Amino acid sequence: MRPFTYERAADALSAVKAVAENPGAKFLAGGTNLLDLMKLDIERPTHLVDVGRLPFAGVEEVNGGLRVGGAMVNSKLAAHPRVRELYPVLVRALVSGASGQLRNKATTAGNLLQRTRCAYFYDTTKPCNKRQPGSGCSALEGVHGSHDAIFGASKACIASHPSDMAVALTVLGASVETLTPSGASRTLAVQDLHRLPGDTPQVETDLAPGELITAVLLPPPPEGGQVYRKVRGRASYAHGIASVAVAGGRVALGAVAHKPWRAAHIEDALAAGASAVEAAEAELSKADRSDRNALKIALVGRLAAAAIEESKTRRTA
Amino acid sequence: MSSVKDWAAPNPITENRGGLIGKGVDRYEGRLKVTGSAPYAYEVDAPSRPAIGYMATAAIAKGRIARIDTKAAEASPGVLLVWSHLNAPAQAPRGTRANPRSQRPSNPVLASDRIENFGQTVAFVVADTFENARAAANLVEIEYAAEPGVVDFVASLDQADQPPGEEDVHIGDFPAAYAAAPVSVDETYESPIQNHVQMEPCATTAWWDGDKVTVHTSIQMVKGGQHALAETLAIPSADVHLLTRYIGGGFGGKGQAYDDLILAALGARALGRPVKLAYTRQQMFHGTIHRPAVSMRVRLGAQPDGRLTAFAVEATTHCARNAIFTEHAANFSRNLYAAPNRLTGHRLVKMDLPGAGPMRAPGEAPGMLSLECAMDELAEKLGLDPIELRIRNEPEVDPETGKPFSVRQLVRCMREGAAHFGWERRKAQPRQVRDGRWLVGMGMAAAIRGNFLLPAKAGVRIDADGIITLRQGMTDIGTGTYTILAQIAAETMGVPMEQVKVEMGDSDFPPAPGSGGQFGAATAGSAAYDAGMNLRKALTELAVGDPNSPLYGGPAEYVTFENGNIAIENRSETLAALVARAAPEGVYVEGSISPAADARDYSQHTYGAHFAEVGVDVVTGEVRMRKMFGVFAAGRILNAKTAKSQITGGMIWGVGTALTESNVVDPRYGSFINQDMAGYLVPAHADIVDLDAVFLDEADDKANPMGIKGVGELGICGAGAAVANAIYNATGVRLRDYPMTPEKVLAGMLAVGL
Repeated sequence: MRPFTYERAADALSAVKAVAENPGAKFLAGGTNLLDLMKLDIERPTHLVDVGRLPFAGVEEVNGGLRVGGAMVNSKLAAHPRVRELYPVLVRALVSGASGQLRNKATTAGNLLQRTRCAYFYDTTKPCNKRQPGSGCSALEGVHGSHDAIFGASKACIASHPSDMAVALTVLGASVETLTPSGASRTLAVQDLHRLPGDTPQVETDLAPGELITAVLLPPPPEGGQVYRKVRGRASYAHGIASVAVAGGRVALGAVAHKPWRAAHIEDALAAGASAVEAAEAELSKADRSDRNALKIALVGRLAAAAIEESKTRRTA
Repeated sequence: MSSVKDWAAPNPITENRGGLIGKGVDRYEGRLKVTGSAPYAYEVDAPSRPAIGYMATAAIAKGRIARIDTKAAEASPGVLLVWSHLNAPAQAPRGTRANPRSQRPSNPVLASDRIENFGQTVAFVVADTFENARAAANLVEIEYAAEPGVVDFVASLDQADQPPGEEDVHIGDFPAAYAAAPVSVDETYESPIQNHVQMEPCATTAWWDGDKVTVHTSIQMVKGGQHALAETLAIPSADVHLLTRYIGGGFGGKGQAYDDLILAALGARALGRPVKLAYTRQQMFHGTIHRPAVSMRVRLGAQPDGRLTAFAVEATTHCARNAIFTEHAANFSRNLYAAPNRLTGHRLVKMDLPGAGPMRAPGEAPGMLSLECAMDELAEKLGLDPIELRIRNEPEVDPETGKPFSVRQLVRCMREGAAHFGWERRKAQPRQVRDGRWLVGMGMAAAIRGNFLLPAKAGVRIDADGIITLRQGMTDIGTGTYTILAQIAAETMGVPMEQVKVEMGDSDFPPAPGSGGQFGAATAGSAAYDAGMNLRKALTELAVGDPNSPLYGGPAEYVTFENGNIAIENRSETLAALVARAAPEGVYVEGSISPAADARDYSQHTYGAHFAEVGVDVVTGEVRMRKMFGVFAAGRILNAKTAKSQITGGMIWGVGTALTESNVVDPRYGSFINQDMAGYLVPAHADIVDLDAVFLDEADDKANPMGIKGVGELGICGAGAAVANAIYNATGVRLRDYPMTPEKVLAGMLAVGL
């Protein structure tokens, strides 16, 4: 861990300004990802601005939906009665993530901004364009295929986004509310928050330097059953090999791309009356096929089709 | 030398008048551990505040350090010392033994510019704080001259050779019998590299007092650690005081001294103050040993009635080029099933990977994954129940040596396990049971693991307050050794548990070989029992020779020890009263155990039977345990609670073996892909449901005076095969490549059209 300075933000605007003015600064909330990465010399901030105690930890009713504070911890969000009532897909996604201890610390905004779990990103002896832009991507020819992106990857990066929560937020059409360094706030759909890797996989979101996620806005739940399913090597506390969120006719996929993946082709096919299997095929036929990901593509297709079928048996929120 | 016949007579342990033997006594040190107040090696109180060490590690698998620049690290805040191979203190060359009796040779660190494996220690920083030490270590600049290495096991199988000094075992004519067998199986099973992932990483706190060094370290073998440090530093072992009082898991991975021990001691000497050093979680993966991958070919030839006529288990594995170790994955099969024509043996590839070494039932754990699945495959071909097939091949004597078994209850384990588990619910045809999205299946496997007794000593003293203190250079790696030694001492002396103290993990104490190979309880415990018997003798002499004792003059052979009293019929006094009066300075005696001269005349093992029920997600290939049950026969059980905890812990490792645990070498770099516990998956709580185990009543009077045997490794033996067989029974997909991850199961399901 490199030496760094620390301040606890008095209010959101001063936090935003403090980070915007200092290229080495980062926000700290739950710290469940950032502090680990600092210990491993992967993240090297020179200054931390602690926003974990700002008053953004509540849930409010807004226009038939909910507004969730960015600093609300995952376990509280998953246990919130209104969230449980309206968004079972979000609850399932939240409790599928990490461990109980981590969910007690990790925040809503921080969960969205967690970094990839690609093993090569974590091993600082290996090239990684996220860690060291221009050094190359070790994962491209690496030995671990199960977490690789199958949509929207580039020669510079095939890492996937690890969040479960973000997949549910994507399927629910949620957006983030941010505070920008100018003091203005703006709203950005979760599905537009993260970027595909392209040539700059180190740039992971469309947030400006210093821009702070203050809330997540959940619109009223769509009609139809909600399902979240995650495939993983053990029953808990494991990163997904793949996941799928379904809410009514909407479908999003997790651990398949550099961002939570809204499966537009599935949705279009379902809207056109396709079966679940046909709809899944419509999306997976567009995947970036390689000799190492055929099994994952098959898995995601089966998983998506099964979840769509299952959603038909679930109550509407 | 003693004979096993000497152990047949009743004694205080086998008579168990106090009822402490077998009782589920709570852990002796449990309160300390659950309150966080048991000081582990990194947490002990040193004479002054320790400086903190941190290791920088190699980024290549093989080659040399072309240039190393430590200037930035030296200038970093708080740094007290930076060493590389250029300026590290002189140490004895690797492998030397100045004292031929040393149990471990020299193991120097930073000894040259050579890199022999990824993750090798290449620099050592000591600073005032952990954070400063780590930050400085990250500033060490190294240029490597890399050389090609052998790092890909599968691609290097053609380099496999006979392990040094070993030969295949041929009995009868295997090739002819196999060729003639009407029913046969010929399959190869793959077990991957596995890591121990002990909860506590290796760690040492060291300080010097003149020429003598005190080290608190996390190691399974006290003497081995003491000797390795003494040899490396080229000092007398008497100048090394090694303590290892609490150990957060070993699993075989802490059977040897690592760089933390050497560097902490060297750093403390150079700085004249205590130094402590721990491996990080990530460093443990390459910086300590692992279980090597094993490729196992099993060939079984049987008659239509199921009797095996030809039997071969051949294992190919690997080890580090300069640290020969063989995972003896075929050995267990030499004692398990009858077959007149037999072939077993091993091949070894020397590789440029970190050291391979013992881990959780070395040999059996990966080995049984092969044969116990092959038996399942053979049973199906024969149309026999897997238990029935095993019963038809139950040998009357050891199938390799012809020696009698000391006691063997394998068949009873299988039968009682089947009845309790509900094995009759299993469908012989696979893929017959569906529960929602789950395909449900059952599997079983036998378990066998050798039993051992090694030489050991123990010291026991009684003080004027009646407190009995057992001292032994033994270790408790979380298994319950403190507790069972306290039970043995209390039962031998006829006192309540509260009257016994156990002190261990100290090189000044009478030596015991430590924890490993499931020999710990029998070995250390037998020496403790013997010391107790010697103390009884000493106290008897004291009492009958003391005119002030109510036992004065009484016949020594009638003296009993019960309820804290020494007595002859109705004449008695407390041990405390006797000692306070007749030996107020206390009485100290020692005891010992050695293997009986005729112990090798018997085939001596522990046995068991595993039963598993799994669900396989028909969409994703995810396997989830539904039920697991084991029946074990392992001699007299000392502590129902700690023994069950050990045996079920082994079964859980078996689940990990079957489903999740694996490391993979990236051949481009010669490094393991998984370097933390987010990538290297062991079972979590949610993976383990409805898991239970029982022990059969047993006493093995050929084992040791107490008739006990080890349970530390038996639980994992065969467990993973039971899970694999259940996956087959659920899906009809026969996987032979562990672990059975969702990807592999799905690939198998796709191949059969599921």
